[in-house]
Amino acid sequence: MTDAELVRALQGGLPLVSRPYHAVAASLGAAPEEVMARLAAMLADGRVRRIGAVPNHYALGYAANGMSVWDVEDAALASLGPAVGALPFVSHCYRRPRRPPEWRYNLFAMVHGRTRAEVGAKVAEIAALLGARSRAHEVLYSTRILKKSGLRFGV
Amino acid sequence: MDELDRAIVNGLQGGFPVCERPYAEAAARLGTDEATLIERLEALLADGTLTRFGPLFDAVALGGAFTLCALAVPPEDFERVAAIVNAFPEVAHNYERAHRLNMWFVLATEKPAGIARALRRIAAATGLAVLEFPKLDEYFVELRLTA
Repeated sequence: MTDAELVRALQGGLPLVSRPYHAVAASLGAAPEEVMARLAAMLADGRVRRIGAVPNHYALGYAANGMSVWDVEDAALASLGPAVGALPFVSHCYRRPRRPPEWRYNLFAMVHGRTRAEVGAKVAEIAALLGARSRAHEVLYSTRILKKSGLRFGV
Repeated sequence: MDELDRAIVNGLQGGFPVCERPYAEAAARLGTDEATLIERLEALLADGTLTRFGPLFDAVALGGAFTLCALAVPPEDFERVAAIVNAFPEVAHNYERAHRLNMWFVLATEKPAGIARALRRIAAATGLAVLEFPKLDEYFVELRLTA
């Protein structure tokens, strides 16, 4: 059993049976102890971020999702990026390249809320935190999920 | 959704045990039993409250590659372009957003070289310029949604 085989066997989810790791091991022709040891190692080194339930934002009422994008002084990002990422309502926060002239923003922070007004209030909190270090920002609301495949790898 | 469902959604977003009977162990923490927890998870997956239950892999740590891309699609052509983009297996997520750059998708590939190949193919198939926004730094704290 390779790590890749284990990942493929678990990409769709953990079997909902009493001994799920044993079931996965049986499907791979491996020992259950080995499957559990591999998974524990992958959790420890970060290849597995976590094991558990992945909720659907929309089903939980988090219907508004805004990708807030910010034009922040590059020199200030090292300290301000982590501060934005630590806000409880920010799910993903990344520095990404500017693409002038079409795109001036270098900080992306995904904000979830039950309504657009709630997202707007949270974006205002980010704006207050960034202050004058942010020269401009926009919020791109998602209007439709066109595809969501659960991060299966393409080939 | 009752109290137990809420406890499952809120309490089981991480930390699911790796052991012989993990549902039994997790159920005990939630004050229920193994069979009930498995039934509830089946129902929460079936009704779409949960999109998945299991390990969440970090594609980059596994040696794969990810990137965020955007397209400015002429509105009258949007559905046709969405179908073209979605047909690529490398496209993991795709969102319509209210902006001139109105289509934002994530590419995920097993090897970094797959990203450049997918970008070229998508540009050729759509006839549009693909803007790529690879992650340069991550300021990441896991979101825990509450039900």
